[in-house]
Amino acid sequence: MMIGGGVLKGMAVTARNFIGSYFEKDRLTTVQYPEERSPLPENSRNFPFLVYDTDDAAAGLRCVACKICEKECPPQCIYIVKSEDKKPDYMGKPQFYPAIFDIDISVCMSCQICVEVCPFEAIKMDKVYELSRRERFDALLMRKSDLAKSNDYYHRIHPLEAEAVDAALDAAAAKKKPVPAPTPPATS
Amino acid sequence: MTSRFEGELLEVSMGPQHPSTHGVFRMNVALEGEVVRKLKPVFGYLHRNHEKIGENTSYLGSMPYTDRLDYFCSMTNNWAYALSVEKLAGIEVPERAEYLRVILAELTRLVNHTSLLGFLLSDMGAWGTPLMYAFRERERMLDLFESLSGSRMMCDYMRFGGCRVDLPPGWMEQARDIVDGFPGFLDEFEKLITGNEIVIARTQEVGKLPTELAINAGITGPGLRASGVNYDVRKVDGYGIYPRFKFRVPLGEHGDCYDRLMMRVLELRESLTILHQAMDQLPEGPIQNPKIKIRAFKPPVGEAYGRIEAPKGELGFYLISDGTGNPYRYRVRPPSFINLTVLEDMCLGHTVADVMVILGSIDIVMGEVDR
Repeated sequence: MMIGGGVLKGMAVTARNFIGSYFEKDRLTTVQYPEERSPLPENSRNFPFLVYDTDDAAAGLRCVACKICEKECPPQCIYIVKSEDKKPDYMGKPQFYPAIFDIDISVCMSCQICVEVCPFEAIKMDKVYELSRRERFDALLMRKSDLAKSNDYYHRIHPLEAEAVDAALDAAAAKKKPVPAPTPPATS
Repeated sequence: MTSRFEGELLEVSMGPQHPSTHGVFRMNVALEGEVVRKLKPVFGYLHRNHEKIGENTSYLGSMPYTDRLDYFCSMTNNWAYALSVEKLAGIEVPERAEYLRVILAELTRLVNHTSLLGFLLSDMGAWGTPLMYAFRERERMLDLFESLSGSRMMCDYMRFGGCRVDLPPGWMEQARDIVDGFPGFLDEFEKLITGNEIVIARTQEVGKLPTELAINAGITGPGLRASGVNYDVRKVDGYGIYPRFKFRVPLGEHGDCYDRLMMRVLELRESLTILHQAMDQLPEGPIQNPKIKIRAFKPPVGEAYGRIEAPKGELGFYLISDGTGNPYRYRVRPPSFINLTVLEDMCLGHTVADVMVILGSIDIVMGEVDR
């Protein structure tokens, strides 16, 4: 006969889990999603965004349109057009800036290689989710204005990482101070 | 009715939407009554051109794609690829990174084997319940992966010459909690399997894989060891720092589905011993070889084959470099695909219902089979 002690033992496990789910937190791990949300860990990543300093998203953008991320992006979801002119960045140095910076987040696979290869700490990973749209193409194409987010925002979502980045940038700025004339940015 | 079809074979197309084919996999089965007489696997529904993409992107650019091969075990996929490139370019890996790799690979093995056990019971008709218990445990480990690498499944964590980020504060304590609590879960879960009469009736003497055939067909991983062949790349190659750890390689005797099932349970216990040792010995230090440039990485001309013992078997990457930024040839040796080739031999003479159990016990992921 099929039904024997082993099956009953299994049933006991099921019963213990069922009843236990009322008393033990370990056995009931479900989160009732739209009402409650589990907090995202610090390192959590989703889609890239562009960091700007100061209050002005257009002027303070750290990106200098070097196009390294565009070249290294494995699914090729970044599209950059470099500006013709230069304008002062947040440190007062004249820099190129991206005239167009688009990321197609329907293509992006959240690998964060763009973040790793960026020499200017200009692109970072966001934590936003719930990005579904009713339209497939333009709605999922993030323009420069959608992507630009402040350094404060970056500090909010990745506090430890942002601290380290700020410290590194300050150290680099302090090192560069003695040079009198502003050097042209590396473009490779 | 019966007399009209006497002796004739009925062709049935199983899949690609069948819930227990573990993805989009189709089998053309020729049946005599309920007994399988022929079985032709049909692959390719999930083909994504992985290898050609690998030849057209930079070495680093292939790393996130390897996550998507076997999407249950992205950490081991990363490791296998990183190992091949490190072999190709002769890169040293810092000690701490090696330990982290072992810890993450063994956690991945826990993830894979627990969910496999759940899926297998689900295939046998225990719909849902054991799978949910398995997924509950898996989710805890995926939380670990997320807090470390940023993503639950597509970790993209390892880099040539080390790992990407160091452990966040509190990670090790959380990991220890999970590893310490795991045997309790496993004992409970085993009560659902080991002595269960239904599991025994459905798996013992079903889908036998003879030792000879397993060796000749190039089967690797728990499927091979269930047939009694002592072959574990962790022991044979001793890649990374595995020779430093004490663990046993469980071996089966009969090569049937029950042995393959129990092989997973036993391997889980061995993985736990490795995890305990690795966590105790984890040294401080850098996690990334500072000599490795992340941009414009160009290994010297040559070729390399790096392989590791992935949870499903031997996962290898074969790379030929012509000195440029892209590999000239990028080939994956996926364990699932090669283990799947003996499906027909294992299924002949069994009923249709057994095919699902046999397929489940092979442990395939279609992302890896079709690439």
